[in-house]
Amino acid sequence: MSALLLIEQALNGLQFGVMLFLMAAGLTLIFGVMGLINLAHGSLYMIGAFAAAWVAGMTGSFMLALGASLIAAAVAGVLIELLVIRRLYDRDHLDQVLATFALILILSEGTRWVFGSFPLYLDTPDWLSGTVRLPLGIDYSRYRLAMIGAGLIIAAALFAMISKTRLGIRIRAGENDREMIAALGVNISALYTLVFALGAALAGFAGALIGAVQSVQVGMGEPVLILAFVVIVIGGIGSIKGAFVGALLVGLTDTLGRALLPTAFATFMEPAAASSVGASLASMAIYILMAGVLIFRPRGLFGGAA
Amino acid sequence: MTREHLLNTALMAVLLLFPLWAWATDEPFLITLTTRAVILAIAGVGLNIALGFGGLVSFGHALFFGLGGYAMGILAYHAQTYTPVADWPMTIEGTKSMPVIWLVATLVSGLVALGVGALSLRTTGVYFIMITLAFSQMFYYFAISWPAYGGEDGLSIYVRNGFFGLNTMDPIQFFAVCYVLLAGVLFFTARLARSPFGLMLGAARQNETRVEAVGTRPYRLYLIAFTISGAITGLSGALFADLNRFVSPVMFSWQTSGEIMVFVILGGVGRVFGPVAGAALFILLEHVLGGLSEYWHIYLGALLLGTVLFARGGLYGMIAGRAAAHD
Repeated sequence: MSALLLIEQALNGLQFGVMLFLMAAGLTLIFGVMGLINLAHGSLYMIGAFAAAWVAGMTGSFMLALGASLIAAAVAGVLIELLVIRRLYDRDHLDQVLATFALILILSEGTRWVFGSFPLYLDTPDWLSGTVRLPLGIDYSRYRLAMIGAGLIIAAALFAMISKTRLGIRIRAGENDREMIAALGVNISALYTLVFALGAALAGFAGALIGAVQSVQVGMGEPVLILAFVVIVIGGIGSIKGAFVGALLVGLTDTLGRALLPTAFATFMEPAAASSVGASLASMAIYILMAGVLIFRPRGLFGGAA
Repeated sequence: MTREHLLNTALMAVLLLFPLWAWATDEPFLITLTTRAVILAIAGVGLNIALGFGGLVSFGHALFFGLGGYAMGILAYHAQTYTPVADWPMTIEGTKSMPVIWLVATLVSGLVALGVGALSLRTTGVYFIMITLAFSQMFYYFAISWPAYGGEDGLSIYVRNGFFGLNTMDPIQFFAVCYVLLAGVLFFTARLARSPFGLMLGAARQNETRVEAVGTRPYRLYLIAFTISGAITGLSGALFADLNRFVSPVMFSWQTSGEIMVFVILGGVGRVFGPVAGAALFILLEHVLGGLSEYWHIYLGALLLGTVLFARGGLYGMIAGRAAAHD
């Protein structure tokens, strides 16, 4: 495998990782602040993608579609939080898993009911299609590069918000001691709704961005949800920094594993056997990574002490 | 007899009499439907040992369900193609004999549960939920990408496996086999729950520190419970594969883990017969609601949400009142 191809695969891995971060950031904030496992996060991703595909179909504007994904996912997030999630904060993890599993069933089938079983398509706009010439003579998809850029900007904004703004201070305080900040006069239930809406909007935005390179269909959220869980567990649940490192690790491991393992095995095995062993191992690689991290650091890379 | 005992008896009687009635009126589909409920009930009873008695929220029991299924699939596949399963270090032939398949499925799932449990139980809480999910996803992707046994398409077995002189292709005879196994598993689980081990496990669930203080390691109790739980779910997987004469990676999927969990919750966590009620209710809903609307998962989701939010303790909690032993 040539060095250029390797760099291109690394960029793909980076793009995948950055998108995973958008999903994982919301999940880890919601867990860190409210102590809630939200399996329905993948449904918010799907809602964002459907809203974007629908608006793009109506207006033809990609930017309006992205805006619609943010608004639709945030509104859905607020509704879900007010109606259901709010009752789950004091419950144990089992109840949270089951109630949000029920939400997945309702939201997925509801979406299928409204939009039908056929996938929708979201086209990349003209000004983002084609390729760009990077240094070293690499031709790389303009849209994927834009995804990396957008993801990194959002990540930077999120870090700045958490560390610099008053809202960020409240979020961090909420992670440390809920009773205390309630006693200090912060409207804790409004804060919870806001954090949930923020996480939902990030997930919806990621759904819309990915929707333009894959098809928009019911059930698109769950594979990403599971990967986002792998990310936050590797990073340490509740840590935004951990989510970022975990997302890049998972994105690169998965993409490079699929690209390199079959070739690597071919150096000492028959080609047919090498490609099947390599492909099997590559598809398991991130779960092996996660199990390995948890076995040596049971609370993730950036998790607190046990 | 308490109300719970009455409910147990009524439940098992209905599960026996309904297919007999269907047999008398020549409705083989309803017999197969009940058989499905009985097999899934075994998976639920298995998970309940970890989830209900031990408080271990495993989101990866599809792993054991799938292993049981593939144990059946691989053994029967080699028997029907007359090829050995392995040549080295010794020749292992495939088999079409149900008891052998059950034994292999239970042993393999139990062994894997022992290994997965030994690693996973180092973590607690959300991390435990997620690492069990990760292990089942590992096997799911492995099953999809490993081409030897059908990969993503799965593996079809032409004739159901045999059980001493019975014609297992006859729905009522296969039902009888599954029903007797369910009864056996329930008897074992009820004995387990009242054994010194079961009581100690319940104590560890409620207060680990006190259990440690009287000189027992909770880790060992949890690991044994997780192993037994995985082995029983594996047995159910082998039966489920035999029912459909088909195995596919879907058995390993996380939705399967979720569904097995739903049986336990709908019926009642921590009750020996709870998952049986849950699985029967699930199949009933699937049949009735699925006939009413293509989108029956919406109603299932709403029902599950209602159970979690408002009717903790599931069906058993509603009818038989709060359990004495479960908090």
